[in-house]
Amino acid sequence: MARGEPEINPERCKGCELCVSACPEGILAMSEGFNKQGQVYSECIAPEKCTACMSCAIICPDSAIRIWRYAG
Amino acid sequence: MAQDNAKLVYDRPEALVDRAHHYCPGCGHGIIHKLLAEIIDDAGIRENTIIVAPVGCSVLAYFYLNVDGCEAAHGRAPAVATGIKRVHGNSKHVLVYQGDGDLLAIGTAETIHAANRGENLTIIFVNNAIYGMTGGQMAPTSLAEQKTKTSPYGRKVADFGQPIRACEMINTLEAPVFIERCAVNSVKNILKTKKALKKAVKNQVEGRGYSFVEILSMCPTGWGIKPVDALKWVEDAMIPYYPLGNFRDR
Ligand SMILES: Cc1ncc(C[n+]2csc(CCOP(=O)(O)OP(=O)(O)O)c2C)c(N)n1
Ligand code: SF4
Ligand code: SF4
Repeated sequence: MARGEPEINPERCKGCELCVSACPEGILAMSEGFNKQGQVYSECIAPEKCTACMSCAIICPDSAIRIWRYAG
Repeated sequence: MAQDNAKLVYDRPEALVDRAHHYCPGCGHGIIHKLLAEIIDDAGIRENTIIVAPVGCSVLAYFYLNVDGCEAAHGRAPAVATGIKRVHGNSKHVLVYQGDGDLLAIGTAETIHAANRGENLTIIFVNNAIYGMTGGQMAPTSLAEQKTKTSPYGRKVADFGQPIRACEMINTLEAPVFIERCAVNSVKNILKTKKALKKAVKNQVEGRGYSFVEILSMCPTGWGIKPVDALKWVEDAMIPYYPLGNFRDR
C-alpha cells in the first residue's frame, strides 16, 4: 500500500468539506480554529493512514491540496 | 514536507493561475477550471489556447486560466468563438465555456447554429440547473418541481415545459463529432469528465470539428444546500433525468 500525505493550504480552503466526504480513509476533518477568511479549514488528522490516493485533491474546487507520496 | 523520500504527485496545474477564485465553497466551476488547466498543460497548448467566457458566475474564467481570453455578451460565446476560430484557423484552440442560462436560454440560437455548422470548437457546458450569478433563478435546465427564486412553488412543467436535455438535442444534428454528458459530483465522475474534456480538446487540435461536453455541476448557494449535500443532489436528482454517458464519438 502506497503511503503519503496531503498538504492542505488553510488560506486557500473555503471549508466546503468535499475533501472530507471524498477521503476513503476518513482522515480529514475540519479545524477548530479559523483561517484569515474566517472559515474553518480542512486538516489531516491521521497522516500515517494516508494512501496518497489523491481523492481529496481531485475533488477540491479550490486547489488547496497537494499530495506527497513516499517512495518505497 | 515531513519526509525527504517524498515526491509531489498532485499539484496545482501550471495553466491554473495561483490565486484564490471568487466561487462559492463547493462550487463545481473550480473543479472544472482545474481539469481544463490540467488538460491544457498535458497537451502543451497553453500558448495557443483562447477561452471565450460567458456571462454567469464563470464570467472571469480568463482570470483563472493562464491562457488568452475573450468575454462574450450573454449567450453569444459560440458566435464570438466562431469568429476567433475562423480567423486563426488551427493555430489557436478555442474553448467555449458556458453556463446553462447562457447556453440554453439567452444563447439557444447561437448554441444550435454553431453546432449545426460543425464549427471546430470545444464547448464546455456547465449545467448546474440554475442561474447562479444572478441569485438562483430558474434555468431551462431546472428540474421539474425544483424550487428556485423564480419558481418558489417548484418548476411547473405545465407552465414552463420540461427541462431541456442539451446533449440529446445536439445529438439530432449531423455535424457534431463528439457529445458527452459527465458530472463532477464524485472523484470517479471527475476523472471521467477529464477524459471527455481531453477528447473534446484533442478533436479540435486535430481539426476534427465540433465537440460538446455537458457537465452536471454543483451550485450549493443557488440550491440553498450544503456543498456535500449538493454532491448527492447531483447523483439523486440530476443524473436520473440527465443520464451520463457518451452520445457520439466519431
Ligand atoms: C443580456 C443580459 N441579460 C441578462 C443578464 C443577467 N444575467 C447575468 S448571469 C445570468 C445567468 C447566469 O446563469 P448560468 O448561465 O446558468 O451560469 P451560472 O451563473 O449558474 O454559472 C443572467 C440572466 C445579463 N448579464 N445580460
Ligand atoms: S475540498 Fe478544498 S476547499 Fe473544500 S474543505 Fe477540502 S481543502 Fe477546503
Ligand atoms: S452561485 Fe453557484 S455557480 Fe455561482 S459561484 Fe456560487 S456555487 Fe458557483
